[in-house]
Amino acid sequence: MNRLAQMRLWGLIRKESLQILRDPSSIAIAFIMPVVLLFLFGYGVSLDAKHIPVGIVIEQPDRETQSLAGAFERSEFFSPQYFSVIQTAQKALDEHQIDGIVWLRSNFSAQLLSNSASPIGVIVNGVDSNQANITQRYITGTWQAWLSHYAESRGQSLQMPVSVEQRVWFNTALSSRLFLVPGLIAIVMTLIGSLLTAMVVAREWERGTMEAMMVTPLRRSEILAGKLIPYFVLGMGGMLFSVALAVWQFKVPLHGSFWLLMLSSALFMLVALAIGLLISIVAKNQFVAGLLAIIVTFLPAFILSGFLFDIHSMPSWIQFITYLVPARYFVAILQTLFLAGDVWSVVLPNIGALLMMALFYFLLVWRKFHKRLE
Amino acid sequence: MNTAALTFSTVSKTFTRGRQVSALAEVSFSIQPGRVTGLIGPDGAGKTTLLRLAAGLLLPDEGEIQVLDMDALAEPLKVQSSISYMPQRFGLYEDLSVQENLDLYADLQGLPVAKRPARYAELMQMTGLSPFAERLAGKLSGGMKQKLGLACTLVHSPRLLLLDEPTVGVDPVSRRELWQIVYRQVQEAGMTVLLSTAYLDEAERCDEVLLLHQGKLLDQGKPAQFSRSVAGRTFQVSSNALSHRRLQETLSQAPGVLDALIEGETVRLVMETACAPAAEQLLPGQDIHITAVEPCFEDAFIARLKVRQTDAPPVEFSPSASLDKAEDDVVIRVDKLQRRFGDFIAVNNVSFSVRRGEIFGLLGANGAGKSTTFRMLCGLLPVSSGELAVAGYDLRRAAATARGRIGYMAQKFSLYSNLSVRQNLRFFSSAYGLRGKQQKARLEWALNTFELASFQDVNAGDLPLGYKQRLSFAAALMHEPEILFLDEPTSGVDPLARREFWARTNALAESGVTVLVTTHFMEEANYCDRLVIMADGEVLAAGTPLEMKMQARTVEHPDPTMEDAFIQLIEQRQQTSETAA
Repeated sequence: MNRLAQMRLWGLIRKESLQILRDPSSIAIAFIMPVVLLFLFGYGVSLDAKHIPVGIVIEQPDRETQSLAGAFERSEFFSPQYFSVIQTAQKALDEHQIDGIVWLRSNFSAQLLSNSASPIGVIVNGVDSNQANITQRYITGTWQAWLSHYAESRGQSLQMPVSVEQRVWFNTALSSRLFLVPGLIAIVMTLIGSLLTAMVVAREWERGTMEAMMVTPLRRSEILAGKLIPYFVLGMGGMLFSVALAVWQFKVPLHGSFWLLMLSSALFMLVALAIGLLISIVAKNQFVAGLLAIIVTFLPAFILSGFLFDIHSMPSWIQFITYLVPARYFVAILQTLFLAGDVWSVVLPNIGALLMMALFYFLLVWRKFHKRLE
Repeated sequence: MNTAALTFSTVSKTFTRGRQVSALAEVSFSIQPGRVTGLIGPDGAGKTTLLRLAAGLLLPDEGEIQVLDMDALAEPLKVQSSISYMPQRFGLYEDLSVQENLDLYADLQGLPVAKRPARYAELMQMTGLSPFAERLAGKLSGGMKQKLGLACTLVHSPRLLLLDEPTVGVDPVSRRELWQIVYRQVQEAGMTVLLSTAYLDEAERCDEVLLLHQGKLLDQGKPAQFSRSVAGRTFQVSSNALSHRRLQETLSQAPGVLDALIEGETVRLVMETACAPAAEQLLPGQDIHITAVEPCFEDAFIARLKVRQTDAPPVEFSPSASLDKAEDDVVIRVDKLQRRFGDFIAVNNVSFSVRRGEIFGLLGANGAGKSTTFRMLCGLLPVSSGELAVAGYDLRRAAATARGRIGYMAQKFSLYSNLSVRQNLRFFSSAYGLRGKQQKARLEWALNTFELASFQDVNAGDLPLGYKQRLSFAAALMHEPEILFLDEPTSGVDPLARREFWARTNALAESGVTVLVTTHFMEEANYCDRLVIMADGEVLAAGTPLEMKMQARTVEHPDPTMEDAFIQLIEQRQQTSETAA
């Protein structure tokens, strides 16, 4: 690179940096957006079921029903309410005051000892199928735990077909926050890399500054680098900021290597920037560029990356589409690095995929970007 | 070896926008170094396309382009390092300061750091921007932005300078300064300049002119050469008995007259042939005075492009429905009007009143506060302080029926592009409550009066610019308003369409409609009965066009134009503000 080229590139970078510093919206996207998103997902959204309101119908109170009710009371998963007849409990279910009913009939204690048919009845509100499943599983779990404990205390051993011993790895507290927060870093970087970049380039077209740029001795590579470098720095800044928030504010452990995290983030940033540039080549006004960036990059990163919704439970053709979403690979890397550590068998293929995507999109940008108006 | 600075050889360029549009067809010319060449032509003539081709921003479909002995197609980068190009909306970074913009272009053009202080000082002095070096470009006035844009393109002393409409919408004072800067570059640095303009009076400031029309190069030559082609055909007519508007209207229908244009208090004529017209022949029975005048570029331009339509229907307007002379004569009253946007005062202490049947002008450069005043009058924008009444109402608070008495033509084309001409007219007439027979009659009237009948099924968006403007005008008149607001109706419209527009407006005023019009074309002020000149949100002067010009009359300038009057007012204002400061 000769001296003139250096001077041109440096001029562009300085201009872009000044613009970023003076434009509140760039700073907002890079630093305020991560805070809002992290707090929203870190505190507001929880995929865990806790304090589920359940109604316990006790038709004939005695020692056994009291003991079972105590088990529900002690569990952090439930906030029980008590009813004496099933009708009032059903009414409460209809009115969404409770999500499920545990029905202990008048012959509960007698049946309990006779080992015959199941002595309790369970009704759950199936409107939200996911919530209903969770509620049902937790009720069953609590019931079985109580039952075996009860049997033990009476010196009997309970006849169970299979007994499951559960152990959760990596996210032992099963807290969705630990799982969501790392994934959010991918969302933040997508916003900076694709949305912000596409919009600032479109703004240059709108204001006619790009046309003036085109008629200077700038080379194509210099124009591209002049956009890439400042936004790469900004994006990595946003990333580091989000990581710091994740580790110190949300106490998400970083089990893997920090440098591996940086490397894979840099790679993902390049993919996001290349897509942003590609969008700005197609869409030369800010409105269209913004919409395109949201539809092509932000929404897929949100929905199809495995950040919020499990990819394995999607229909197979949608699973296929997720392979086209760069955030999918990055979210997998992030979740592994944060929660499990440097698991090379997961990290390496995903880094490989990001590398391929970066090459593909840069090649496309290089071919599509001309120093001409058409 | 080629000595020309820029050569086009049979260059053609076609765009595909739904259909094929030929922007340039077999254009060939070459321009000599060290001169200012003007690219003249109405909107849509292909001026911007030509400049973009020369700058290497577009590739021609056919033909060759040589820039400074280099092939523009083969070596675009080499070409771009020895030229500068200023696009129409110049690419200033509004969030960078004046100095930062200059630094950026110095970096991009590879100006050595050692040479910068001297060059900066020179450019700052030339443009008068030195006091504003730290100001953000976005906070400069329109004229200053344009000067900064020019300074940025001049930072490395290019050998060829391409300017795309550098003076559009710029106030006359800044315009004059821009021309001075350009000429200084040519004289001191031997620069070659090619600039496009829609102002015909600027053609005469060029060494040479390229006349472009509908993608074809009609002619190339010195401005005087063009003017000579109509020698002996131009006259000035004055009358004591007739108003200049009435005079112009009748003369334009007189036999042998190709063009009649209001010029000050007189009417300028271009005859079809070179023979002096007899007063008797032109206007039988009227006392008129005819003198021969020197031809100018505009005369030649009109003579070339105007085809006289002998069978054109006479412009006829039905008189306004409820013309009640007994009512108070003043229909628009504005008193100490003020409008603030944050800490920026767009309109300050503006007062004027308009009488029934008057054409009243608001004159000023872009950003003078004309459109803001207009929007407040139409009730589109609340006032910050002051009072206004249109036909006795404040339209912001008045009922919809009050709005039915006014017609409004916005600055931008604001009809539905994907509806046909007829559909647009029908929509706007029903929006104003026209139904059935009455609506049908008005539709036919509009199609005939504005000669839109042959375009009635064409989508409004596909119309040529002049026709779009006619359609907007027609749409504003569908409900026969008593008061008509026209916001920059002639901006970007070629001289032929402008003449047509003023003929229609005159006829409307004659039939009793009150017309309020904004314009940044100084010479159009002569069409107004009375006007105010605005700058920076304030009224500088008010009165009839003649009164305005009389203010500027000096011994050296016995017959000043409206532009001279405007420049004098602005300079006076600057002097008083300097002495005050």
